[in-house]
Parts: sequence; C-alpha cells; structure tokens
Amino acid sequence: MNFPILSSLILLPSIGALFLFFTKSDKKNNFTGKYVALFTSAVNFFLSIYLWILFDPTTSEFQFVEERIWIKDLINYKVGVDGISILFILLTTFITPLCIISVNNSIKERLSEFLIAVLIMESFMIGVFCSLDLVIFYLFFEAGLIPMFLIIGIWGGARRVYSAFKFFLYTLLGSVLMLVAIITIYWLNGTTDVVELYNSGIDIKYQNLLWLAFFSSFAVKTPMWPVHTWLPDAHVEAPTAGSVLLAAILLKMAGYGFIRFSLGLFPAASEIFTPLIYTLSVIAIIFTSFIALMQEDMKKLIAYSSVAHMGYVTLGIFTIQQQGIEGSIIQMISHGLVSAALFLCVGVVYDRMHSRLINTYGGIVSIIPKYSILFMLFTLAALGLPGTSGFVGEFLILMGAFKDNFLVAVIASLGVIIGAAYMLWLYKRVVFGKLINTDLKQMFDLNRSELFILSCLAVPTLFFGFYPDPLINTIEVSISDLIDQYNFKLASKT
Amino acid sequence: MENLQLVLPEIFLSLSIMFLLILGVFKKNSSRLVQSLSLAVLIVTAVITFNETIGIIETKLFNNSIIIDYLSSLMKIITLLAAFLVLIISSNYLKTFQIFKIEYPILILSSVLGMMVMINSNDLIVFYMGLELQSLALYVLATFNRDQIKSSEAGLKYFVLSALSSGLLLYGCSLIYGFTGSTNFNVIADQLNSNEYALTFGIVFILVGLAFKISAVPFHMWAPDVYEGSPTSVTLFFTMVPKIAALTVFIRFLYVPFLNLIDQWQMILIFLSIASMLFGAIAAIGQTNLKRLVAYSSIGHVGYALAGVAAGTNDGIQSSVIYITIYIIMNLGLFSCLLMLKRDNNYYEKIDDLSGLSKNHPMLALSLLIILFSLAGIPPLAGFFAKFYVFKAVIEQSMYFLAIVGLLSTVVAAFYYLRLIKIMYFDEQKEKYDTDHGFWLKFSLTASTLLILIYFIFPSQLIEVVSRINII
Repeated sequence: MNFPILSSLILLPSIGALFLFFTKSDKKNNFTGKYVALFTSAVNFFLSIYLWILFDPTTSEFQFVEERIWIKDLINYKVGVDGISILFILLTTFITPLCIISVNNSIKERLSEFLIAVLIMESFMIGVFCSLDLVIFYLFFEAGLIPMFLIIGIWGGARRVYSAFKFFLYTLLGSVLMLVAIITIYWLNGTTDVVELYNSGIDIKYQNLLWLAFFSSFAVKTPMWPVHTWLPDAHVEAPTAGSVLLAAILLKMAGYGFIRFSLGLFPAASEIFTPLIYTLSVIAIIFTSFIALMQEDMKKLIAYSSVAHMGYVTLGIFTIQQQGIEGSIIQMISHGLVSAALFLCVGVVYDRMHSRLINTYGGIVSIIPKYSILFMLFTLAALGLPGTSGFVGEFLILMGAFKDNFLVAVIASLGVIIGAAYMLWLYKRVVFGKLINTDLKQMFDLNRSELFILSCLAVPTLFFGFYPDPLINTIEVSISDLIDQYNFKLASKT
Repeated sequence: MENLQLVLPEIFLSLSIMFLLILGVFKKNSSRLVQSLSLAVLIVTAVITFNETIGIIETKLFNNSIIIDYLSSLMKIITLLAAFLVLIISSNYLKTFQIFKIEYPILILSSVLGMMVMINSNDLIVFYMGLELQSLALYVLATFNRDQIKSSEAGLKYFVLSALSSGLLLYGCSLIYGFTGSTNFNVIADQLNSNEYALTFGIVFILVGLAFKISAVPFHMWAPDVYEGSPTSVTLFFTMVPKIAALTVFIRFLYVPFLNLIDQWQMILIFLSIASMLFGAIAAIGQTNLKRLVAYSSIGHVGYALAGVAAGTNDGIQSSVIYITIYIIMNLGLFSCLLMLKRDNNYYEKIDDLSGLSKNHPMLALSLLIILFSLAGIPPLAGFFAKFYVFKAVIEQSMYFLAIVGLLSTVVAAFYYLRLIKIMYFDEQKEKYDTDHGFWLKFSLTASTLLILIYFIFPSQLIEVVSRINII
C-alpha cells in the first residue's frame, strides 16, 4: 500500500478550496461552487470510510504511516493513524459534507468564500488528528484558528466581532505555551516525532511543567472550566455551520490531545495532575449544567451543555481505565453527532423565525411534527438515554470513574440528572405547551436537505446506541496498549 | 589588486553614485533615467557581490579593517535586493506627490553604500563611517516631501535624535579605544580584560547607539513619528533596509570583539528584546494611523530578531537572519498594500480607510489578510516559522523567560493585527480605491504574499542559505 491515503485526506479539501477560489463567484456559479465543495468533501468521506475498512484494529501500531523530510535535520512530516485517531477523522469527514449541505438555508452572502473556509478547516482538522509529529500537530492545531476566526467574524451574528476576537485570542494564548513545551521537548529528546517520544519517554524532571503547558492549550480548547467562557460566545455568534464545526470537531482536538500527548508522553505528570482534572471536570459538569438550566438562548444552552459533556470526556480520559477512555472517545464521537444535530435543529427554527430565544417558541409540535420528532431524538441522545450513543459514552465513563474514584463518580452521575433536566426543559418549552406566538403558524416543516442532514445524523446516533461494537472494536486495542504503556512507564519512572 | 576585487561592489556602487549625480545635474528631466539606472546599479552590485564574494572564506582587508565573509555577503545581497524593491515600487507614490526627482534614487544608493560599509566593517571607525553615511542620506530622505510640514518635522526629529545617539555611540567607541588601544575588532578581542568596567560602559554606549538605529525599546521614540511623517515609500525603506545593516553590526560587534563578555551584554540584549516585543505589541493597540501602527509592529519584530542575537549561539544568529529576511518580505507586502490605498491622487493611511476592503477589493484584502496573519505569527504562514526558529534557538539556551514573554506578546500583538482584519472583513464597505497600480507594485504584493503562503512547502531552502553563517 503505497498510496498516501492520509495525505490525500488532508490535501483533498484544500485542493477543492483552491478550485473554488479560481471559479468566479457570481450568483450562478455559487451553485456549482457548492457542488464542488460537496463533491470534494463527499469524496473525502468515502476515502475515509475506505481507510476505516483497510484499518487493522488488532494492532496498536500506527498505520498508513507516511514520513518525509520536511525541514532537514529538524522536523519530518509524519502522519499515521491508530485506533484512537481514526474515529475522529471519520467524524470530521462525516460532519463536513453535512455542514456544506446546511449552508443552503443559512448563508446568504459570500457563499464561495464560506465554502473555502470550511474546506480549509477540514484539511487542518484532519491534519490535527493524524499528525505524528508535535510541530506538525501544532501547525494544524493553530492554523485552524484562521478559517474559524473568519467564519465567526464574517458570517456571524450581532456580536460576532467580540466573539471572534475572544475565540482567537483565548485559543492562541493557550497554545503559545504548548509551543514552548514542544521546542523544549525537541531540545530534551532531539526529536519531536511522537512515536520515538513514546518509546524513549521524557525526563521525569520536566514532565510536570511540560504537562501544564500542554494542558493550558487543551484546557482552553476543550474547554474546561474556568476557561470555557469563549465557547458560549463563539457558538452563539457563529453561523449554524460554524457552530457545528466548532462543537462537533474543534472541541475534540483537545480531548484527542489529552489522550495522545498528555497521557502518552507525560504519564508521571498525568498521575500527579489527575486530581486537578477531576476537580475541574466535576465543576464543569455540575456548574455549567446549572448555568445551562438558566439560559434563555437555545444556542447558548447547547453551548453550555457542550462544556458539561466535555467535562465527562476529560473525566473519563484521566481515569486511565479501559472503560473510561473508551467511553471518552465514544462520548466525543456521540457529542460530535448530537451537538451538531442540535445546533442544526436550532438553525432550522432560527432560519424561519430569526430568533434563538426559547420564549419565542412553544407549542410547535403540531406545526412542524417531523422537526419535533428529530429534535426529540437528539434531545434524548444529549441527555444520554439508553439506546442512543450518548448513553454508551456516559455509561462507560462513569464505570471507569467508579473504578478509580468513587466520590467523583457519584458527583458526576448527579450531573446526568441536571443534564436531563435542562435538555428536557428546553424541549418542553420549545416544542410543547400552548401556541402563544401566532407568527409560529407560518413555519413550514423540514425541507428536503434539512431532513436529509438530520436523518444522516440520527442514524449513527441510534445505531451506535444499540450496537457500539464497531466503535469499540476499533479503539479497544489501541487504548489497552496505551494504558499498558502508561502503567509501564509509571512503574519504571520515566 | 585582489583586495580591490573583493570590495568591487562598494567601488562600483560609489562610482555609479557619482556618475548618476553628474548625469542628473547636467541632463534635464532625467529623473526617470536616473531611476532606471539606479535600479540597474543595485542589481549589478548584487550580482557582483554574489559572484565575487559569496563563496569566499573569511578574508580581512585593509589592515583588517574590513571583513568579507559569508554573513557580510549575504546581508549585502539582502540589503541590495530590498533597496531595489523599495525603489521600484515607490515611483508611483513619488509621482503623485511630484517628488519624483533624481535625488531620491541617489540618496537611496548612498545610504545603501553606507550600509554595505557597515556590514563589512571590522573596525569601529569604519563602522562609524558607514553608519553616518547611511544616516545622513536617511535624514534627507525623511524630509523628502519637503512641502509637507510633517515630513520636514520627521526629518528634523530623526536628525536631532540620531545625532544624539551617534554621539553616544562615538563616545562608546572612544572608551573602548581607550581601554584596549585599538579600534579593530580582532585586536580588541585579544586585548580584552574583562575586569575593566569602563569597557562595559563602552559596550553599553555602543549598544544604545545601535538600538537607536534599529529602533529597539527604550530607544524607539523617534520611530513612530518619523515613520508617520516620512513619505510612505521612505517609511518602507526605513522599516526594512537599515535594520538589516544594524542587525549585522549587532551580530558582528557583539560576537567578534566581545564574545567573552557575553555575560555582560546578554542581559542588556534580553532586556532590549523583551521590552521591544512587549512595548511594540501593547503600544500598537491604540494606533489609528497605519504607518504608526507599522512603526510599533516593526519595533516588536525587532525585538524578536534581537532575541535570536541574545541567544549567544550560531543557531541564534542564523535564526535572527531568517527572521529579518521573512520580516522584510512581509513588510514589503504590507507596504505594497498601503501604497495601493489610493484614490484621486490621495493616499489613505488611517486604519478606518481599510473598512470593508474585502468587498471592494477582494484580492487586495486577501493578500493583506495573509500578510497580517503571518505578521501575527500564525501557522502555517512564514511568520510563524520565523518565530519558531528564533524561539528554538532561545529555548536551546534555556532562556525560558524570554521565550514565554516573547510568545505571550505575540498574543497581544495578534490583537491589533486581528483588528485590521476585522476592519477589512467585518466592517461596512466604503468608496473604492484606484486599481491602476502599475506592474511592479502588483508584482511585489503578489510575490510576497505567495512567498509567505507557500513558505511552509519549502522551509529547508532558507535554512540552508543561512546555515553557512558561522561567527563563533
């Protein structure tokens, strides 16, 4: 197998973007522009499916590795996937085409620029998930800021400038420390190649500081309490497709980073800082759930619920239990699907009524029944009802947590109840009740593309809820190996 | 004779300057001709430099007062090319203000000659001579639009402050001469007695003078005013070319005679670097004039280049040469954009004039967007790599404080670059600007943008070029 499948995955969207750039962007061509974008991202999706089929889940080695000299004697371009990263690549390639279909309804002006930004974003995101060199990882991780900044700033809502700046500066501030850490690792070990670093380990003297530097970046990106405040702003102001990308994929970069780098490279430090992560995660789960309960804006509510869900993810990762980490990954995938769908659901009513406030709505169940059914499905998935993918993730995480720390697990389980409260209350206020606002009567039900997008998201949500085996099979070996390595390194003090 | 061959670029350049001066005096309306000839002279000089000296091993001439080595040849070529580009894109601007005169290219050539002497110098006197030659030409250039009061003010301000700093510098030279008995860098190195505190004073005075020339904090006060007042094309020259020469002298002066005193000057350099990075980032936030903003941003960038010099290793020197090269390319693109903000024979230089640029001039706005993100140091653009190499060298020396402060100030700096992007992309559009910019302006913008954009595909080339710099 010499075909560079991962590089193609990274490059293909960019090539599509380049193609779009050179097609003239008058009204008529916008139409073809969208098909170009859709075609590119769809090809990318099938390519990633093909990657998943070829992927060998019985080994934790990195597969499809490509390595070439990039900066001589300094950095090699190295990409590869293992069980941990492949699902995120699939998630990215799955969500992006749906985003592109969804722009039909929400983006009115500068469409081809928007599509270019989305496609470039896809390139960078795939790059993050398959890079096997710290510098390359950093490059992709940071580069994603540029398109996202523009997506929020150009196509966003009323307070878009504030939100775009907040998003950019918060994330950049977190990341520069990671750059210092990466360069330090280069001087300590003479390489930034992740595989070599896994094998050689990092001097225990430096691990704590390096861990904190990486943490500063990932904590902002996750986002963990108390540096989560950029997220509600960014989500609320971003256009629907932007919110979807942000919630479904961007937030997962940090979770992935925690597993790949914090656990993989700094086991000793991870052990020391686990209480910190537990504390912050539990605060995130309980505190932001309560905040979500009080939100008047639907998007803001879902944004806060994302913070809470990511709290479970970080909790699960640092249990260092097979179930915990598996649960975290499944939770991330599930949250990617569900939060994307929820944002799209909000987008649907927003496009019709131009309001995101909960009290605008009420009693729409009889007016737009199809919408109400799908919205209910995703609401239930978000609160973790058995039979949806949300349940599998949360259940496994809590199982891992009970093994590791009883108290934390109990408190986190309480979070599930609050989670159910705010989601159900949201659903009740929006969909049920008396129809007071008569303007709502003019709303029409889902159109074909909306129905298609939401069904596409509903199918895997339900499927993996009943039958999570394909996911677990893919990640199982990689994770158990990661944990073995972790414990081995911990025992040998390196 | 062989000696003369090695200084052929300088000889050729000075003879050409005299010839052009005479030509300009005796031939009426010859400004266009002189301009074209000056461009040719710059290119020919660069070619001669490349042919005669680039491969040469380190050679010292004229009683060791001049040094020709890889660093000097490389920096001279960069200087000449930068001057060439400045000259070629400034003609439209000069014509608009009816100051397209023969003096302009000749003054630029003279200051370039001064810089070449500076870059070559291995002796305090030679260095001072070159410095004064370039400064004198720059004073006149700053006032070149003499009918505008701001331009005259800029020139006068620059002259007075620069004279002061030259005085300090000369005083430093005399102290060093007094305590070592020589002005030659190598002799000074041999005679060095590190217990002599007066020597440290000498170094400090010279560093003050150099920091002034390169506009490092706290000797930057002149820069915003002069940059704002000078004609834009001259500002472009100020932000690029003198910094190359000054940086070379920084490297040469600190690493040849005073390498043993590194403990003494390293702290000063770290301070200069940190102060410039932070101050440049913070002070730029409040600016409303684009040229002033560029002034503060260039102060910040000088801080990063000096961070590389402060590292005290060959890696550090190489990284700061890379930094200044990439900085020049970014700056060239930035100023090409500024020179395109023209409507009805009027140039616009307020940041609000960028408002809604992306709707009226999408390509211009996109180029500026790329350049600004690169200046902010966001990967995968060239500006990120410049910073990456510098901090790689800095962290190698375990100077974490410098690295962290430097990287945190990039976050602050990102704010004002983002503000420009916000104005271009998020704000309402205004009137359109002219689009007939002439080939060279468009060329320099396109070329610099593309170089910034695709640098990440070929990052090794630039490293290979600088990897032969070997001072220590």
